[in-house]
Amino acid sequence: MSVAALPRPESRPVLRERGQREVFCGLTGIVWLHRKIQDAFFLVVGSRTCAHLLQSAAGVMVFAEPRFATAIIEERDLAGLADANEELDKVVNRLLLRRPEIRQLFLVGSCPSEVIKIDLKRAAERMNAIHAPRVRVLNYSGSGIETTFTQGEDACLAALVPEMPADDAEQLLIVGALPDVVEDQFLRLFAELGIANVKVLPARRSTHLPGVGNGTRFLLAQPFLGDTGQALEGRGAKHLPALFPFGAEGTTAWLEAAATAFGVDPMHFRSVVAPGRERAKRAIARQAEVLRGKSIFFMPDSQLEVPLARFLHDELGMELVEVGTPYLHKSHLAAELKALPVDVQLSEGQDVDLQLDRVRAARPDLTVCGLGLANPLEQEGLATKWAIELVFTPVHGFDQAGDLAELFARPLVRRDRLVL
Amino acid sequence: MQLTVWTYEGPPHVGAMRVATGMKGLHYVLHAPQGDTYADLLFTMIERRDHRPPVTYTTFQARDLGKDTAELFQKAARDAYARYTPEAMIVGASCTAELIQDDPAGLAETMGLPCPVIALDLPSYSRKENWGASETFYQIVRQLADKERRPAPREGRRPRANLLGPTALGFRHRDDVVEITRLLAALGIDVHVVAPMGSRPSDIVTMGEADFNVLLYPEIGLEAARWLEKAFGQKCTKTVPIGMAATRRFVTEVAEIAGVAVPEDLDAGRMSWWSRSIDSTYLTGKRVFIFGDATHAVASARIARDELGFEVVGIGCYNREFAREIRDMAKELGLEPLITDDYLEVEEAIAAATPELVLGTQMERHIAKRLRLPCAVISAPVHVQDFPARYSPQMGFEGAQVIFDTWVHPLVMGLEEHLLTMFREDFEFSDAAGPSHLGHGGGHGAVAAAPEPEADVAVLEAEAEGWLPDAERELNKIPFFVRGKARRNTERFAAEHGIKAITVETLYEAKAHYAR
Repeated sequence: MSVAALPRPESRPVLRERGQREVFCGLTGIVWLHRKIQDAFFLVVGSRTCAHLLQSAAGVMVFAEPRFATAIIEERDLAGLADANEELDKVVNRLLLRRPEIRQLFLVGSCPSEVIKIDLKRAAERMNAIHAPRVRVLNYSGSGIETTFTQGEDACLAALVPEMPADDAEQLLIVGALPDVVEDQFLRLFAELGIANVKVLPARRSTHLPGVGNGTRFLLAQPFLGDTGQALEGRGAKHLPALFPFGAEGTTAWLEAAATAFGVDPMHFRSVVAPGRERAKRAIARQAEVLRGKSIFFMPDSQLEVPLARFLHDELGMELVEVGTPYLHKSHLAAELKALPVDVQLSEGQDVDLQLDRVRAARPDLTVCGLGLANPLEQEGLATKWAIELVFTPVHGFDQAGDLAELFARPLVRRDRLVL
Repeated sequence: MQLTVWTYEGPPHVGAMRVATGMKGLHYVLHAPQGDTYADLLFTMIERRDHRPPVTYTTFQARDLGKDTAELFQKAARDAYARYTPEAMIVGASCTAELIQDDPAGLAETMGLPCPVIALDLPSYSRKENWGASETFYQIVRQLADKERRPAPREGRRPRANLLGPTALGFRHRDDVVEITRLLAALGIDVHVVAPMGSRPSDIVTMGEADFNVLLYPEIGLEAARWLEKAFGQKCTKTVPIGMAATRRFVTEVAEIAGVAVPEDLDAGRMSWWSRSIDSTYLTGKRVFIFGDATHAVASARIARDELGFEVVGIGCYNREFAREIRDMAKELGLEPLITDDYLEVEEAIAAATPELVLGTQMERHIAKRLRLPCAVISAPVHVQDFPARYSPQMGFEGAQVIFDTWVHPLVMGLEEHLLTMFREDFEFSDAAGPSHLGHGGGHGAVAAAPEPEADVAVLEAEAEGWLPDAERELNKIPFFVRGKARRNTERFAAEHGIKAITVETLYEAKAHYAR
């Protein structure tokens, strides 16, 4: 594995806690994945709670008719699993009749479907026998007992990997659902660098699923894709370890990892990235006036916490109080962890009451947290940043670096502005 | 299994959360997997609450399942008591915990916690949010209310009433409570306990001291009200005071139960004059479609028909538990009731009824947007914009005024309606521009460049041979807010008279035939 070549991930103390977790489950990833893959439909096999979570997390009724739905398990489905399978087949048939444009159907497992052991893998096979090749049916689990928030995307993409056609041609694969505008920016940059064959996972249409093989080298665009990375390596692809593309430095390092691997001339690399890098620095500088010297506390949410903390510390001069993350993937985060100051408190997992005690004791200038905690902390006089916005906003790359910094500056600027 | 795109109600434990979050000094220990904490944001974001809901989630994970999830529950309950020292606790399971059968009730009982612990049995796979709230409130009242308490002798004091039903996340519950408290005060009646929202477990203990109960939200308070009547002989109001007439009936009913006289100078507000004033003439016969919880839908139908002079063209509710009320109302209106929690079915029914105004929930707001119909919200579930900063009750005389304003606002106003009909070709004052008071770009502004609503397209395709080009052009001269009706009436007229090709003549024949 390529990571073996890296310096060993440094060992620093990590506070590991168990208790109440104020985080979403993996189903939430559907909210952006169903927009990203335009011919895919996500059918959660779960309870009314799952359906309620999806519409609440998405903001009730954002989309006319979304490309996701829930097959709600009812009492009679619990009585006999054979019937539950039959019921599921019926639901899927009805759905595919209603939405003939769907080419890819994901059956998404939930806590209840896992606990009562509805075998969605077999269900997918059963349905493929009927609906393939017009519709390809895959399954993954977004259950809260197995996945936290962004891990749902990891599970979804990992489920796509076995479907990728074998192809040993040399190519660069960008892995992770990015906003289309950001993806296009990166593709333009790679083209300018002269890297010819660049593909993305997930593709915008399921019919454009890229191939994978020994000639594939991949960049992770998101830090939460542990299983997907492993699955790609299992197909012969090589991971290009790098900082994640947040901020001027992160984006440069990320692009450079690919440029080096594909033998791009360093002079050419510098001239290609220079304009974007300069723009990013200029945009960041304005926000740095607000953020420099301010302290920040990350509650665990999306696994973006470590790279974002590195960006805010390195490029904006913020002080890190605690960087909490639901799961610390030490090898994918190796470069990021090295870039963090040695004295920062890292924490993995959560006992929300204990963590809130630490927030109150530290009284940071800014706390990054979930929607359930933000208003209560504001009421206590603590400025907050909703973590979910970091997942729902274009924040990667040079031309979003200023926007990313501004997301953190805005709550502080607002407090300065208001006279109430 | 039920294919669900959007759901009107959450699971029953969310109903229990609405009760717990409305109360103070009560803590809810919920056996639930990671992720169920999403429910907190309903309260902190949609309702903008500035405190976390008083809920501890055990947060079990897959790796716990083989081991001792029961111990996890007991630890969570112990820690929650130590941290929050509530007056009472409620314990229960979410949908996943129900499947692993840890029995939170039994576990809590053996723990000997130093406060009353109320076990909830909320079956997630057969029940929903409103039922969960109702059952939770009922269990809390039944187990905490001190059966020895009785009202003090009536001599020398004002009558006292409990207000039953308001919860966190309820549609305008916050303001309804204030409005009804004021109304009762004007009648010389004091409020004893407002519950669940606003009460502590120690207040629930004293509920028997009230003379009677005022039931604001039957969906949530009816079970508790029935039990209180049985246990304490407390009478309970039957009228839900939404609308002018309903508020007047409510006043009469309350006065009778409390044994007080209705003051002659009781201020009934302006709503009835606003509706009788001639500017409101244009409201006459507007076609409205009504959908929501049964109580709000029935109340809205009465207001629409009797107090605004609308024509109700569809009525339904999503909560089957109260379907009877809707059936009765629908019968009175000569309509087929729509009782469903399938949002797609509601959308179909609205499209078919071609109303000029939709009164519904957040879901119908969305449907109306799709069909380009004006809409006002009358019932939960609602979103953040329906928790306004200003005082805006639905109940009482003030509520009737709020409703008048809210429902009339989305409609095309008075003479504008006529001008639109007369000068349809005017490029900036056309129906495509929408009601002028709603501004450009909003409301129907988007219609200008957009295609016809889908429902109409479907009809068009089906009837492609029916409408001759001239008739179609003439139809398009009719303002958008009545065009759907004109199209439907013309087609019905044509079908009934065996007319195959619809001409301009047919259009006007039909108009004469169906003239109001």
